[in-house]
Amino acid sequence: MMCDDAGLLLHAYLDDELDAADSAAMARHLSECSACKARYETYAIMQKALSEPTLYRRAPDALRAQWTTPPAASTVVPLPARRRAPVAWAAAAGFAAAVLLSVPAWLHWMPTRGTGDAIVAQAISGHVRSLQGEHLMDVVSTDQHTVKPWFEGKLDFSPRVKDLAGEGFPLVGGRLDALEGHSVAALVYKRRLHVINLFQWPAEGGSVPQATTQEHGYTVIRWTGDGMHYVVISDVNEADLKQFALAFQNEANPLMSR
Amino acid sequence: MPTEPNASPRGTDAARSVRFEAQVVPYLDAAHNLAHWLARNPADAQDVVQEAMLRALRYFDSFHGGDVRVWLLAIVRNTFYTLRSRAPHDALHDELDDVKHPLVDDGPSPETLTLLAVDVGALQAALEKLPPPLREVLVLRELEECSYKEIAAITEQKIGTVMSRLARARERLRDELTCRPKEVRRHDVR
Repeated sequence: MMCDDAGLLLHAYLDDELDAADSAAMARHLSECSACKARYETYAIMQKALSEPTLYRRAPDALRAQWTTPPAASTVVPLPARRRAPVAWAAAAGFAAAVLLSVPAWLHWMPTRGTGDAIVAQAISGHVRSLQGEHLMDVVSTDQHTVKPWFEGKLDFSPRVKDLAGEGFPLVGGRLDALEGHSVAALVYKRRLHVINLFQWPAEGGSVPQATTQEHGYTVIRWTGDGMHYVVISDVNEADLKQFALAFQNEANPLMSR
Repeated sequence: MPTEPNASPRGTDAARSVRFEAQVVPYLDAAHNLAHWLARNPADAQDVVQEAMLRALRYFDSFHGGDVRVWLLAIVRNTFYTLRSRAPHDALHDELDDVKHPLVDDGPSPETLTLLAVDVGALQAALEKLPPPLREVLVLRELEECSYKEIAAITEQKIGTVMSRLARARERLRDELTCRPKEVRRHDVR
């Protein structure tokens, strides 16, 4: 490959839009040509810089409120749906913030209620905790055949592990975590610079329908399938996380996924 | 997102707005992000999104499956250009831009190293300086993480055009990010 061709294909290579043959040719050229390699690295740095989350301008709450019907809060608050005083909201927000700040202590204090809201709260605290320091991964691997055996002997069930790199959600590792007093498998995926935690554990009760919750800027999706409870949480936008859940559910045949 | 084009095509308004909220509103962030980077200021961005969402709601019955995000982003983009065309515009200038700045990648300069220290503020300023045809393709690719095929569908261009615009956009952005330190240095010498 000549540098002229490489200059045109460089961007498609960076965006993972080349077919296998061109991609291999490009990789070979980059290993041989330091000028093209330097150019490629500059664009790669720029691409990474552009994935900075603050550059993504989410819709302001006021705009969102215009296009969403307020949730029928009956499942969360069984009280008569009266408008709460701002002070109550402020107190609630303050309490939530305090709870979030004291995550590890709070985790032990939480009674093991079987309801979804406790799971959402615990999933959020598990996610936050996983991002602090080096708690994210116990096994670091993008290979599902390394991650899955790692859980053997550490859990009393065999978690479903699959790489979703093809869908834009590469698997990066896994760890043990705890939700509701169970040991659960936590798989760690990435969406660009965003971390996605997927918790799973055996479903003892019946299956629950898929539910999406938004709290503290995180989106949490829960579902049950193949005798397992799944909870996925991330700060990526809701649509992306739904796509992730769909991709994970769709790939029914693990042999197909790699 | 899977869509069910046959689900209550003559449904009531309530059913329709429930479907709209379930299928389209999840992409409000995407719509706002694109509108923001096209309009470059919060008030205009909100106007664009509001108008685009109204249009989307109006056309929703004629949307028969496909990718909702691509469909909505195309509406946002068209809305922006329609609203802007009522104001004095620089579209002609933007088109000429392709000719004035042919695609010549002159390789890495020593200044490219400064890219390492690029901060969000500089990045934002540089992105805002790009002409809209280059800015939109970069925003769709890098922030919205669209594939070339999706960008081609949203911007109604050929994939080849998307590729060359993206290459040009990245070069311009790189130059924007690297030429500033050079000017400062020249200034310092005096």
